This record gives sequence, C-alpha cells and structure tokens, in this order.
Amino acid sequence: MSSREKILEAVLQNQPEKKLLPEISILKRDDRDAVPGYMQVMKAIGGSVYLVADLTAVKILINEHFDIAKRVVTSLPELTGDYELLSPTVAPHTYDDIELAVLRGHFGVAENAAVWLTDELMVQRIIPYICQHLAIVITAQSIVPTLHEAYEKIGQAEYGFGAFIGGPSKTADIEQALVLGAHGPLSMTVFILQ
Amino acid sequence: MKQSHNKNHAALAEDFIKDDDHVNWHDGALWYIREKRDIASKQIPEWEALRETASKIKDNVISNLHEYLLQFEANLKKNGIKVYWAADAGEHNAIVYSILREKGIKEMVKSKSMLTEECNLNEYLEERGIEVINSDLGEYIQQIDNEPPSHIVLPCIHKRKEEIGELFHEHLGTEKGLCDPTLLTRVARKHLRNIFLSRRAALTGVNFAVAETGEYVVCTNEGNADMGAHLSEVQIASMGLEKLIPKKMHLAIFLRLLARSATGQPITIYSSHYKKPREGQEMHLILVDAGRTRQLGRPEFRDSLKCIKCGACMNTCPVYRKSGGLSYHNTISGPIGAILAPNLDMKKHADLPYASTLCGSCSNVCPVKINIHEQLYAWRQVIAKEGYAGNAKALSMKAMAWTLSSPGNFAKAGKAGRWFLSNLPFVVNNKFNPWYKQREMPDGSQDSFSEWYNKNNENGKKK
Ligand code: SF4
Repeated sequence: MSSREKILEAVLQNQPEKKLLPEISILKRDDRDAVPGYMQVMKAIGGSVYLVADLTAVKILINEHFDIAKRVVTSLPELTGDYELLSPTVAPHTYDDIELAVLRGHFGVAENAAVWLTDELMVQRIIPYICQHLAIVITAQSIVPTLHEAYEKIGQAEYGFGAFIGGPSKTADIEQALVLGAHGPLSMTVFILQ
Repeated sequence: MKQSHNKNHAALAEDFIKDDDHVNWHDGALWYIREKRDIASKQIPEWEALRETASKIKDNVISNLHEYLLQFEANLKKNGIKVYWAADAGEHNAIVYSILREKGIKEMVKSKSMLTEECNLNEYLEERGIEVINSDLGEYIQQIDNEPPSHIVLPCIHKRKEEIGELFHEHLGTEKGLCDPTLLTRVARKHLRNIFLSRRAALTGVNFAVAETGEYVVCTNEGNADMGAHLSEVQIASMGLEKLIPKKMHLAIFLRLLARSATGQPITIYSSHYKKPREGQEMHLILVDAGRTRQLGRPEFRDSLKCIKCGACMNTCPVYRKSGGLSYHNTISGPIGAILAPNLDMKKHADLPYASTLCGSCSNVCPVKINIHEQLYAWRQVIAKEGYAGNAKALSMKAMAWTLSSPGNFAKAGKAGRWFLSNLPFVVNNKFNPWYKQREMPDGSQDSFSEWYNKNNENGKKK
C-alpha cells in the first residue's frame, strides 16, 4: 500500500463523526466609510498613506519622497512617461536593484490596512517583495471594512498568486526590537484615489 | 545540533533559570506580547464569535478530513502543483531530496516551517551534500548557533542581543560588540538577499490550505517566504494534514485571529496565496502525516490538531515564560507542544504534560479554543497508566516552583481568570499534582493566586 493510501485509510478510520460547518455570515460588517479607519491603521503599523485626487498628485508625492534618480518601476501605463514599465518576461532576478515599485492594488481592507494584489497587478510576483520601497495605488471606493468582505469581493476570481500586503516588511526577532525592512521593502506607501 | 535528549524539562529549565536577569527579561518580553494580543483582541467586538467559529470550522475539518484531503489533492493537480504523501519524517525528507536531486540542486533556501524542523530536514539534506539556509531572521540566528527554535513564532526569543551580535561577528564578520538590532537586521538583510538571488530551490511551510481551491497560504512579516519562492525555479511546500480548511472564505476568520493572537498585529504583513506555478517554475507540495492520523484517533487529544500555531499559549504560560522553549526538548514547545509531543513519543516526552500548573490561561487565549490544560491533565493520566510517569511528582513540583519564584507576571494571568483553584476544582484531587496534596488550599473564590501567594510566602514579597 502506498503512503497515500495508508494515510487516507488511517484518516477515514480515525476521524470522528461528521460535524457541520458553522454559519459565518453573522461576522460580516455593515458597509460604511472605511477610508478613515484604513488610514489610521496604516499609519499605526508603520506605513504611509495619502488621500489624493489623481495620478498627477501621486507623481508629485513620489518625486518628493523617493530617490527617483534610482530605478523606479511601475505597472501603471499612466506613469510610464516618468518611470520604467515592468516587463512580464525578463528574469525576476533582474529587478534586484529597484528602489521603488509603484503598483495598482485591487482593494484595501480597513481593519488591517492590507491591500489585495494578484500576480496580474504585480506583473512579476517578486516585485512587491524585492523593491526597497513599495507604493500602491487603490481607490477610496474599493476599501472594505474587514477580511470577510474582502474574501467576498475576491470571490472565485482566478489568479496564480495573490497576496494581502499590509505594511513594510518587519521583524522583531532580536530582543523584540521592532525593525522595519527585514527582507522585503523598507517602507510601504498607499495612495488612495478619491 | 545543540540539543539535550537525555535531560527532562525540569533539568533543562534549571539550566535556563540560572541567569536571573535573563529569565526575568524573557518572562517580561513574552508577557508584553500577551498584552499586545489582549489589546488587539479587544478591538474586535466579535472576537469571541470569531474564536467560536474558527473552532467549529476546525471541528468540521477534523471530522471530514478524508474528503477534504481528496478534494485538496484534486485541486492542487488541476492547478499544476505536484502532490506527494509522506507517512513520516523520513519519507518527507526523502521526497524533498529526490525533487532536488532530479534537478541537480545543491543549495536551498527555506522559510519558517516547524514541520521541517520536526523532520530534521536540514540535517538530512546536509548529510547528502545539500546546503539549506533558513531565511526567517530568528531561524537563521538559531541555525548559525546550531540550536533549534525555542518558540514557534519567535524562534530566538530566549537569546540576548549581545549573544546574537557575537554570532554575527563570528559568522557574518560584523564588528565585535555590535549588537544594535537595526544594524544586525540590515546585515542579515544584505547577506540573505544574496542567498535568495542565488538559490534555485525554495521551501516554505503552510499556514492554511484551502480544499475548495487547491491554494495554500503562507504568512510572514519579513517577506522571506516570498523572496525565496518567487526567485526559485523549484518551489516546495511542506504541510501537516491538519492545515486544511474547507473554503477560501474561511481564511477571513483564521487570518483575523492568527496575527492578533500571535503578536497583536492586525494581520501579518504578508499573507501569500500560492495557487499555480509561474511560467518556468515547478511547484511541489508534500502532505505529511508523522503522527497526525494517530492523534486523530485519540478522542481526548484530537482537538490539538486544530492548532494554528499562533504561539499565544506559550506567551501566556507562566511555566514557559520562566523555563524557556528549549527546556521542552521538542520542536513545538509550550503548552501545545506538551500535548502534541507525547503522541509522537510518549516515553521520551512523558515529562512535558507535567511542565504546567494547569492554570488554564493557555485555553483562555487559544484562538481555536483548544482545551489545552484539560488535555495536559488527561495526558498525565495516560502517561501514568502506561507506566511512564516516573518522577512525575518532582516534575510538577518544579513547574510550580518556577511559577512561584517570581509571581509578578503570574499575578496578571491570575486577573484574567481568578485563581485557578476555583475554576478548576478537579485538579485539587488529582494525585498527579502533588503540590496540591501537600499544601493547604486557599479558598479560590477569595484571592487571586498571587494575592494568596504574597500573603503566604515571604519570598514572594521580595520581587
Ligand atoms: S494551541 Fe492555540 S494558542 Fe497555542 S499555538 Fe495553537 S492555536 Fe495558538
């Protein structure tokens, strides 16, 4: 008998009588203006967040806050006049030297400030992790209160890889001292388009 | 690996508590995390409903595991992920080795995975000429010190920064005496980035596996799992059978609970949903039993399989905080480790269910509502019946002694649920709890434990 068969047989033998799944719809929140809550949490976890009118405002803020003399990449066609457009076909390793990546996110989650991105929006899966700084553009209307509404929104959407990203990478492994910038970005900035 | 297999929890803890200042630091650091967990949970009005729901979902998983495993396997295949089944650690390790060998890969980067620690994967591969580097900072530090992790979420919480500075000096050539956490983290970041960029294979653990869709979720704060996985041509995931959840929408419940329970964060920085390999990449997933089906067959202990490895039970445990994770001589330490380990090797781990005061604080914080302290008690009975109890009396006395040696933090635990006697009258008459037999018991309903202690013990007043 293969291990697969052995394991499955042992599971069948040993699993208790079937218990039903609980109802989870009660955990959902009413829809309300989630933007202020989102911004508050993002700041609390060490990220930056700006409410902006349009992408021109985004550009101005980027030029002000980041070293754009270094390599800046983006997936937004509107920004390619200023920054390098990401390529889906080159080796992911070639993005090792990017200072800033500007990506679009599907939506934000107010309770934890996370943004949902899928590989389609990342262009390459490595981008939001390998950049020194990460900037993500979402719309105000897209922000949902909690993860329950978030998964409802994701629904059965197809992707090869998707992630909630909620802040700059961090560690507290050395004596519980919080350090931003472990292996991923040193900072995360979210631009909320009104 | 620096590990003592012939000492029991009490003896190993004696080593740990020699350094008074250090123990107090450890105790306080973990209690601080426990407090962050309390603050985070109180911000969620539906917190208790979330715990209850999570626990019920896991009840369903445990009772329907056979079907979910088949569903998950079919969906993984549909997604282009190769599936393997491993009955034990040896088979798991051999599978990883065969995947790497086929590709001629000699170096691999690995993110945090307690399962592969449990399997001793690194040692196994190293014996066969394959180098593995742990990429989680805490696990990396433990690896260069040739020591196992002492905590499932905070692998090197027992180490002081001076010790870590010394390790970095020795292994990464930093200046002697450098121990600033930010500077050390920067050095590790630079060093590990080169590792990520040069490794063709990456292995990750799994936090949650979704039967409905065949995807799995990996949670990190550092971004190390993703750095490894997205730069690799061969991605391997190792998971215990119990990591399954039925539907994607259930992730909302578990992700809301996990980070808040673990560190008080609203969510881990990265919650990565891996579903299909990217162009030019292979993905492999290994389903590991290694004692889980046996635990499934033990009615009083099967609920331990609900664990989502948040570490909250460790942070709150007065014995864990005072004795350190390494004293549990098992990959998973603390209260949950003490109910998982006897299933793996009852004789070797017979001491662990005694490394507890049965105060119940662990069960109170557990996000999936595992009755941890009741299982600790139940294990003592099984162990005694099987004749492994040995010097049980001495062991549980020790657990009490550490707790009592500095009741400061226990006082706070006491407030959460008053002095455990009143909550848990059953422990009083338990003959495996000699501490109770030898002392007159206070009236539990009146005093909190530490109030009683302070009234009754001179030493308690010193601290
Ligand atoms: S037993 Fe509960 S509290 Fe302990 S690590 Fe597991 S889920 Fe967390």
